[in-house]
Amino acid sequence: MTAAADTAALPAVDANAVRTPWSEFWRKFAKQKVALAAGVFVVLLIVVALAAPWIVPYDAENFFDYDKLNAPPSWQHWFGVDALGRDIFSRILMGTRISLAAGFVSVAVGALVGTVLGLLAGYYEGWWDRIVMRICDVLFAFPGILLAIGIVAILGGGMANVVVAVAVFSIPTFARLVRGNTLALKHLTFVEAARSIGASDWTIITRHIFPGTISAVVVYFSLRIGTSIITAASLSFLGLGAQPPTPEWGAMLDAARSDMITAPHEAIFPALAIFLTVLAFNLLGDGLRDALDPKIERR
Amino acid sequence: MVQYIVKRLLGLLPTLLIVGLLVFLFVHLLPGDPARLAAGPDANPETVELVRKDLGLDRPLPAQFVRFVNGVLHWDFGRSLRTKRPVSEEIGERFMPTFWLTVWSMAWSVVFGMVIGVLSAVWRNRWPDRLGMTLAVSGISFPAFALGMVLMQVFSVQLGWLPTVGNDTWRHYLLPSLTLGAAVAAIMARFTRSSFVDILGEDYIRTARAKGLDEPHVVVKHGMRNALIPVVTMMGLQFGFLLGGSIVVEKVFNWPGLGRLLVDAVDMRDYPVIQALVLLFSLEFILINLIVDVLYGIINPVIRYR
Repeated sequence: MTAAADTAALPAVDANAVRTPWSEFWRKFAKQKVALAAGVFVVLLIVVALAAPWIVPYDAENFFDYDKLNAPPSWQHWFGVDALGRDIFSRILMGTRISLAAGFVSVAVGALVGTVLGLLAGYYEGWWDRIVMRICDVLFAFPGILLAIGIVAILGGGMANVVVAVAVFSIPTFARLVRGNTLALKHLTFVEAARSIGASDWTIITRHIFPGTISAVVVYFSLRIGTSIITAASLSFLGLGAQPPTPEWGAMLDAARSDMITAPHEAIFPALAIFLTVLAFNLLGDGLRDALDPKIERR
Repeated sequence: MVQYIVKRLLGLLPTLLIVGLLVFLFVHLLPGDPARLAAGPDANPETVELVRKDLGLDRPLPAQFVRFVNGVLHWDFGRSLRTKRPVSEEIGERFMPTFWLTVWSMAWSVVFGMVIGVLSAVWRNRWPDRLGMTLAVSGISFPAFALGMVLMQVFSVQLGWLPTVGNDTWRHYLLPSLTLGAAVAAIMARFTRSSFVDILGEDYIRTARAKGLDEPHVVVKHGMRNALIPVVTMMGLQFGFLLGGSIVVEKVFNWPGLGRLLVDAVDMRDYPVIQALVLLFSLEFILINLIVDVLYGIINPVIRYR
């Protein structure tokens, strides 16, 4: 957190510094207080996710307080106790680990595969491009969560399979995005110049075209993580993802349904956890977009 | 126009074929033997062989595929493993509740989304914009199942204004359709706003203002029509989202629709039902996109002649 604050303060200290793309990005990004706060929150979430096993007050899966079933929040149990006597605060903290990992891993895989396919499709065009785009069309022909359910139906339930399913349906978005950027970039003069001095296709794609697509990928990455966390939680809510006793937020909400009237806190905290996490990624993504997209000047 | 529609329909054929092939192969991708799945866990080997013959699973794959396509064209998806009833019957009963749910949700989201989007664009960077966009980003970030649970808790349980489960009257539709529509309304609001902001910066808008036209006229007559084109496209894309979202919302409200049928089928590994539903959802999505394309052609004649 201090690192973020230090860097944010940099432009004010050294306003006449040489403008690199990086400093330019920070100048625009740091102006957006909401996105900056969201970024700090995301960093905090990552810290919590990494440290969760060591900072939870109780064991999230195996500690049962039988005297306090469905007890509301108290000093002893900050977020209350669930129907089996487990500490909800501990479960939420451990759930951060699961949801963030599911979001990051699935989108990272989707972005990696999609970016490579998009770069190749946009650069070489021809039959390869048609095949890739046709596959994307087919993947797009299934509404996202349906595709995920189909994949889970084949692979079986469980969080690992949910991550695979979410990754698969992230691929076409990135492939299309990167392909579009590649098509636009490859006709620019600097690519032509690189080719005329004899640079190989590999060099042109990795050194000249790929950097131009990064900003779009980064923006989508952040926005997609929000969507992926919701999708993964939805699948768990449907009983197809994380299985009990795993402290996954969507699964916790599903379990809370039967006690909504007597113990609403069992639903409120997991719902808030999902909402705040996804909100942070969406606000961060919006901020990144405004800072990285040259077309959007402040209006 | 007819020529354009025919062209678009023909363009869909390869996608349809691949979707059909994937759905067909789905059975063979499932772990385990589909014949054994169909015969049930207690069946002896002879029964499994009989079922295999009966379902045509002993024939070569291409022949099976032809049989599958033929069945689909005659609206025959086999029988549900769970209830032993024809899948087409099961789906027939569940179709309308889901259909109306998505239509209502779409209506909500278009109305709310466009109004919020236009107001935000007109009062850009002022409080209506800030409020609208805060609502919108919250709407995108709040998972539908959590929203559904909150709405049901407040309006059905605490206040007792609306029924909790069932789909008998319009009052039953209110909460589920609002729940399902919220995220799409949020996306539409953001999209409408940015589309409108672009349009309001155009020269012809300045001209309209310069000739002394009052602001409501400028916004509605000159702005709206042009801003609508991308919004209509967005609507089509979001319909897929609604179809998917309905699966989750139906569970929250115990809705007797296709989504719940699908979740139950996945739970019970009732593969003929899964197959038929995945196919149906995809067909619906593809069809809606076609309708959007046609609408797009009507709104913007330039598209037709490409």
